Amino acid sequence: MLSADRLEWIEGWGEVLGGAGYVFRPSILEGIRVALREAGAGGVSVALRGTGCSYGDAALRAENIILDLSRMDRILSWDGETGIIDVEPGVTLRRLWRFVLGDGWWPPVVTGTMETSVGGCLGMNVHGKNNWARGTFGEHCLEFDLMTADGELRTVSRNDDPETFNAVIGSFGLLGVITRARLQMKKITSGLVEAKAVSAGNLETLLRLTDEAKDQWEYVVGWIDAFPRGRKLGRGLLHFARHLEPGEDAEPAQTLRAEAQDLPEDVFMMPKSAIWRLIKPFTNRLGMKWINRLKYLSGATLGEGAIYRQTFAEFSFLLDYVPNWKRIYRPGGLIQHQSFVPVDQAEAVFRRQLEACQKARLPSFLGVVKRHRPDDFLMGHGLDGFSLALDFPVIAGRQERLWQLVRTMAEDVVDAGGRFYAAKDAAIPGELYRASFREDQVERLLALKAELDPQALLRTALGDRLLEAWQ
Amino acid sequence: MKKTWQTAVVVGASSGIGAALVKRLVAQGCRVAAVARRHDELESLAVWARKAGGGGEVFPYVADVREAQSVLELFETITGDLGGLDLMIYAAGVMLPVQFEEYDTAKDLEMLQTNLSGAVAWLNPAAQRFARLKRGTIVGIGSVAGDRGRSGSPVYNTSKAGLHTYLEALRNRVARYGVKVVTIKPGFVDTAMTKDLPGLFWLISADRAAEIILAKARKGAVTAYVPARWGLVMLIIRSIPSFIFRRLKV
Repeated sequence: MLSADRLEWIEGWGEVLGGAGYVFRPSILEGIRVALREAGAGGVSVALRGTGCSYGDAALRAENIILDLSRMDRILSWDGETGIIDVEPGVTLRRLWRFVLGDGWWPPVVTGTMETSVGGCLGMNVHGKNNWARGTFGEHCLEFDLMTADGELRTVSRNDDPETFNAVIGSFGLLGVITRARLQMKKITSGLVEAKAVSAGNLETLLRLTDEAKDQWEYVVGWIDAFPRGRKLGRGLLHFARHLEPGEDAEPAQTLRAEAQDLPEDVFMMPKSAIWRLIKPFTNRLGMKWINRLKYLSGATLGEGAIYRQTFAEFSFLLDYVPNWKRIYRPGGLIQHQSFVPVDQAEAVFRRQLEACQKARLPSFLGVVKRHRPDDFLMGHGLDGFSLALDFPVIAGRQERLWQLVRTMAEDVVDAGGRFYAAKDAAIPGELYRASFREDQVERLLALKAELDPQALLRTALGDRLLEAWQ
Repeated sequence: MKKTWQTAVVVGASSGIGAALVKRLVAQGCRVAAVARRHDELESLAVWARKAGGGGEVFPYVADVREAQSVLELFETITGDLGGLDLMIYAAGVMLPVQFEEYDTAKDLEMLQTNLSGAVAWLNPAAQRFARLKRGTIVGIGSVAGDRGRSGSPVYNTSKAGLHTYLEALRNRVARYGVKVVTIKPGFVDTAMTKDLPGLFWLISADRAAEIILAKARKGAVTAYVPARWGLVMLIIRSIPSFIFRRLKV
């Protein structure tokens, strides 16, 4: 019997899915083995968890062990000449970039928040605003130590065992515990990026400009106002950015200081910690319609074509600007639906998605477009296409309709040969996930699962959704 | 988001108010662990749930509430099987026939064990769990009989009065964590317990009682008489001075 002392309420980041779990927070390898042993002896499973930034059920499984690796947050070695760093899985991107920046390095791929952990980034194989240019987080990992469910430790490197390497990264933490990762950082000569903002009056323009920018700018991200219909459907603002070339930054030693990257304490002269409270009264269809409209109009007029410099942190970590912003969605929380669609079908699919949201009277409060490229990972979500991420509030009484809307959108994505992003998902049925992969991908994952974790000790609610549909 | 109960335990689920609560929760799509001594009745509930549809499910567990030592392990098994626990209801209760001036200690202790000790054994781990998780609702089915000590059923009254006090103390202990503890005081409910009792009035069905109980629990009521008019009656009865009450044939 597991000790009730370990019981905690664990939620996905979106605060929609949650459950009680027996939480283990090891700080050393032996602590991981203890959790695995107790799980085996107690007939329960182990769900891996980093900093809990996955929106849905990727790091949950109620009434079972939650192996929270956030205390394993040591930087094990760092080579400032080569940019190669060895870290434990609980190291956050915040800690990572602050550590390497002073030597002129930066994580090549970062998420929209710096609070994600390296273990989580590898488990879900996250991407950033530069997916076209740099690929996924896993593409910058050179090797990792993997503890399998039997407690054995092995080193898996890209060169020596590419098949296992490419299977473990992005397999949702179901094949083993990554206990050390060796990452290659990207050399930079300034702590600033040069960014440009442009507007797009409709979806077709927005996707076209995104595509045109992908080879000229390292970072390309589009924001969509999901409310307008007809000719204005899918209008939005695009932000491009590139690293500065040597000599462009007059004071690189200053901008490469971690302190120089700190996000502003105030936004529009307001303490940023108070901003979510101001937004909350407007977190409804009418309020968000106007906020989106004003954002678009101000961007399309005042900000159109503006070229400006920002710190890496300011450009990269938009989600950290307003602390606790997800509280605007309380008490119901939020879900995000991010779908990846091949280039030739993206406009049609995204158009139908936006129209479906409007028809269901469940418009997305925030839409984001990115450009992607395929990768070699077994369960990768990357493809040559675009992604559209749509945030939805979860409101009591409307949840069933929202889940049906997600299903409808997901079916369309599958028909178009698209993919999904498990780190964000909370609502896509497992059978649609399965349909988004080739049969041989699924079979390979199941075979590896049987080989590396024959007792299926490593399980998550997300994994159950996927694997139950796959078996 | 937890707007509705997805998982519940009902102890004393095989008949009466307990069974009615199980059925109502299942109809609302809840996964319910039904705990009772009688296997056949629990199986019938499970079969009923499967036929009823509605997304709910009954998980039957045979257990005797008088065996407190086995509760902890079973409680953990149940929460594991259900995949969580949102609502804990203790509905087990017996009212053994007691003659005037009968002093049968074995009979009295059995009522205390079922009505009070069993409640402590089951609600303690639930309260501990809910306090730790900072969520959850506990419902204890007491009785209007617990409001006064009547000469006709001293220990049944005592067991229910004790249950009320225990629930109040539990509430005071866990309220700071956002956990709700609801004391239910039913009047006359048409169940096996009241069958053949003389002088019944305002008799309501077990299903109606269950409906009211769940509505009160959802609102997070502190104490609820079922139906509400018993509240006025018991206010009057509680106000009767002892030297008068002892002369009344109640």
